[in-house]
Amino acid sequence: MALLELKDVTRHYEVKTGLIDRVFRGKPIRKIKAVESLNMVLNENEVVGIAGESGCGKSTTCMIIAGLLQPSSGEVLYQGKRVDQFNTQDQRWYRHQVQMIFQDPYESLNPRFRIFDTVAEGPRALRLWPESEIASKVESMLGSVGLEPGKYGDRYPHELSGGERQRVVIASALVMEPRMVIADEPLSMLDVSIRAGILELLKDLAKKRHFSCLYVSHDLSILGHIADRLMIMYLGQAVEIGPTTEVIQKPQHPYTKALISAVPVPDPRIKRGIPKISGDITRPIDPPPGCRFTPRCPYANHTCSENFLKLDSVQKTNHLAACHRLDVVSHESEMTSMV
Amino acid sequence: MSQSPRLEVRNLSVRYQTRGGEVHAVNQVSFDVFPNEVFGIAGESGCGKSTLIRALMRLLPENGVSDADLIQYEGQSLDRMSEKKFREQVLWSKIALVPQSAMNSLNPVYRVGDQIIEAIRNHTSQEKHEARSRVEELFDVVGLESDLMDSYPHEFSGGMRQRAMIAMSLALDPGLIIMDEPTTGLDVLVQERILRRIREIRSHIASSIILITHDIAVIAEMSDRIAVMYGGRIMEQAQSEDLFDTPCHPYTLGLKNAFPSIQKLGQELVSIPGSPPSLLGKQTGCPFEARCPFSIDQCVTEIPKIESLGKNHEVFCFRNTDAPQMREQATSMSTWHSSN
Amino acid sequence: MSLAEKSSGFRSFLRTLREHYRIVHSNPLGRIGFWIVIFFLVIAILAPWLAPHDPWEMQYDKDGNFASLQPPSWKFPAGTTHLGYDLFSQLILATRTTFIIGAVSGIISILIGANIGLFAGFYGGKLDEILMRFTDILYGMPFLPFVIVLIALFGRKLEFVILAIVLIIWRTSARVIRAQTIAIKQRQFITAARARGCSNLRIIYRHILPNVLPLLLLYASFNIAWSIITEASASFLGFGDGNTISWGGMLYELWLSGKTRVAWWWFASPSLCIILLVTSLVFVSRAYEEVANPRLRKR
Repeated sequence: MALLELKDVTRHYEVKTGLIDRVFRGKPIRKIKAVESLNMVLNENEVVGIAGESGCGKSTTCMIIAGLLQPSSGEVLYQGKRVDQFNTQDQRWYRHQVQMIFQDPYESLNPRFRIFDTVAEGPRALRLWPESEIASKVESMLGSVGLEPGKYGDRYPHELSGGERQRVVIASALVMEPRMVIADEPLSMLDVSIRAGILELLKDLAKKRHFSCLYVSHDLSILGHIADRLMIMYLGQAVEIGPTTEVIQKPQHPYTKALISAVPVPDPRIKRGIPKISGDITRPIDPPPGCRFTPRCPYANHTCSENFLKLDSVQKTNHLAACHRLDVVSHESEMTSMV
Repeated sequence: MSQSPRLEVRNLSVRYQTRGGEVHAVNQVSFDVFPNEVFGIAGESGCGKSTLIRALMRLLPENGVSDADLIQYEGQSLDRMSEKKFREQVLWSKIALVPQSAMNSLNPVYRVGDQIIEAIRNHTSQEKHEARSRVEELFDVVGLESDLMDSYPHEFSGGMRQRAMIAMSLALDPGLIIMDEPTTGLDVLVQERILRRIREIRSHIASSIILITHDIAVIAEMSDRIAVMYGGRIMEQAQSEDLFDTPCHPYTLGLKNAFPSIQKLGQELVSIPGSPPSLLGKQTGCPFEARCPFSIDQCVTEIPKIESLGKNHEVFCFRNTDAPQMREQATSMSTWHSSN
Repeated sequence: MSLAEKSSGFRSFLRTLREHYRIVHSNPLGRIGFWIVIFFLVIAILAPWLAPHDPWEMQYDKDGNFASLQPPSWKFPAGTTHLGYDLFSQLILATRTTFIIGAVSGIISILIGANIGLFAGFYGGKLDEILMRFTDILYGMPFLPFVIVLIALFGRKLEFVILAIVLIIWRTSARVIRAQTIAIKQRQFITAARARGCSNLRIIYRHILPNVLPLLLLYASFNIAWSIITEASASFLGFGDGNTISWGGMLYELWLSGKTRVAWWWFASPSLCIILLVTSLVFVSRAYEEVANPRLRKR
């Protein structure tokens, strides 16, 4: 059974128009669709990556799954149960089962908490175990993220480097013994030489401690190294999902193609192609009903702007792309690859 | 490369006086930038790359002191030039800077075009309409519609602001443009477009570019030559291809294996253990020694000399002759993360 | 000893105390202020034993003459009143009254202010609206007249003086703490705490409160200083507790006696005490302000 399932999850924000605008100029309330009709499945012991540029709705998705934000419509199912219908008891259980690792290690640690207390805070708040057991679990957790408990436990966050802080953030999520971890760009604020260490640590712990992971990032190179499956989002819509290697090596959707060809490669001899894309990203305010990539897509026709091809049979490990013009797109790439 | 360099820097050091003591942010840095080349400076936060640029541009804060044996721009000494003369004769017209926070470097209450016109007219005797047509030209070069000149910075996206800053830096045809993290914080597609623009600009005009970034991939794609900085020093300096094919310094080796590439999905990443050194106080050995798996006793007590390996390839390491073995060992996890 | 024990309970309280002392001590003016406050505190505690005479007893000089309106001398270091009372003894006993009023109203007002600020800032919405409009109404009240009317209504007793001061003084601290709470509430570590399963009360008192603590202490010392000034003003206008001595009360007596222009020592010493103590408290709060507001911190 799938651990987590999203069914047609949509989240709108209302853009605040001033009172004067509304009353005198007759401007209606406008809606931003941060996430639209999102379907996805996270299986046991699986790492799924969500990739996309800023404003694609990946962080909103995280917040919805973590239960920190309610979807406007649609269902979030955890082990087959609807998260929004949880009672207080279930909610406590969910908070225990699902943990989040935040982007900014400088911001996500309370500056007035010592490291030991930071890590112990979750179990203490939910009264998971007696204090002595919490203490021993926290100490062994700090050890397994590579921080010596005797040396670090008493320190404050400002006495730690960025990499050490992110280890603390990871420890305080994993000490809860979660079944599922949501990681929102956990490496983007860290230095290059540190990143690989944290990435390998997460990968390693996911295997050892048997949790599933939803890893959100804009960096496809990193996702390529950690995710089993990859979902690409553009302005709130899922455009492509599939096994990571397939999505990266044989992208189907024109947006995915553009995105992947734009990723710089750390090798001066490799020359990338030019991404086929025009214009700039827009904000999804009152968007047309169709595919939001239409205005920038070199292959788009009138069907594209009229209806959106939802990705909904995402259960299996198959590779899907939300594009009406896949035949044209793939035909053309075959042509170019022959040249 | 037999041409004479456009910018020559010899033994530049910068120290900051702080409450905790003296911070040696940059130590004995020497490099040349040749005409019409992109010189990349790679390094992590705190390695001194931004301080180096501030020292060159005379933008050090009050508690910072720099000294150098030589800083020359086309044979003209810059380090002995007065502050005023530097600002009038060099800044913008010869060396221009695209600052790190280019996103926030535009004044929000003035139109973008007017800000660039203002900058041009401060340095030249051009009439307003001449300057305006120059800005139109520049906007075209960086790929911005010319009617955007009359917009305010908040109407620009991050990428557009960055392009406007690049346009501003090009205004007086400087011989050298310094770009400090030009694409950090931008989305991949926007970054791609800006990098492509920078390459195009370079093929059109005769400027040299110093590109500073922590992103190894960006620097690999853009640069002709690369210097890798760590702990306030240049660890290794070479032609890009040489640096990636035959890296010699353990830090470069480490970085290469730690950086994920979208082209090599199965590759195991090997991180460099530990964290960057504190630059407080005088260095007594190699700054990378504490994290280096190949260090020997000499590395602790003595500061290495810069050794030339020919073909513009320089390395700051005692064990430079062992490079081939080190290169082989560095790819395995156990070299860096031994039993402890 | 295990880490858990080390980081909890009394020791951690002591450590926090030491940290706060270090904050005050690192600022030269704060250090001076701190020790002056401690000096007054010691006098307040030992007052009954330190006072050489009964403050309400007529004194005689060594020749046996009635010591009315004597300037400062070895026998009467602060001089005497027109009724021959020893001003030095009065000053010492008044220190105690002043401290009780300052500490009690300062602490109660900061407790009220902090809680209202924390709750209004954290929950926002209707609760915030109600609490803050209530504070606005208090802002509309002129400070001293309000205190005087309250005391006039309830009587000239120490408890009511304190109550009156408390009722009006918490407003500023509530506003400031609210603003700070709103800023902290939006930071990521609060979201992280929520994701970790912390309840609202736990977030307010365990996660937000320690972060507003420097600000809270800053306003606590402001509040103490303000209470002292208010009490002095109210007493000077004749609205103090008639049965206790306070610095303001001493000045009121001088006013009643009509000897203001003759007995310079009578107004000099209580005024000096008020100024010295209040200034010291402000110095201490300045030291905290540097912590609460990093922009003021020197590099």
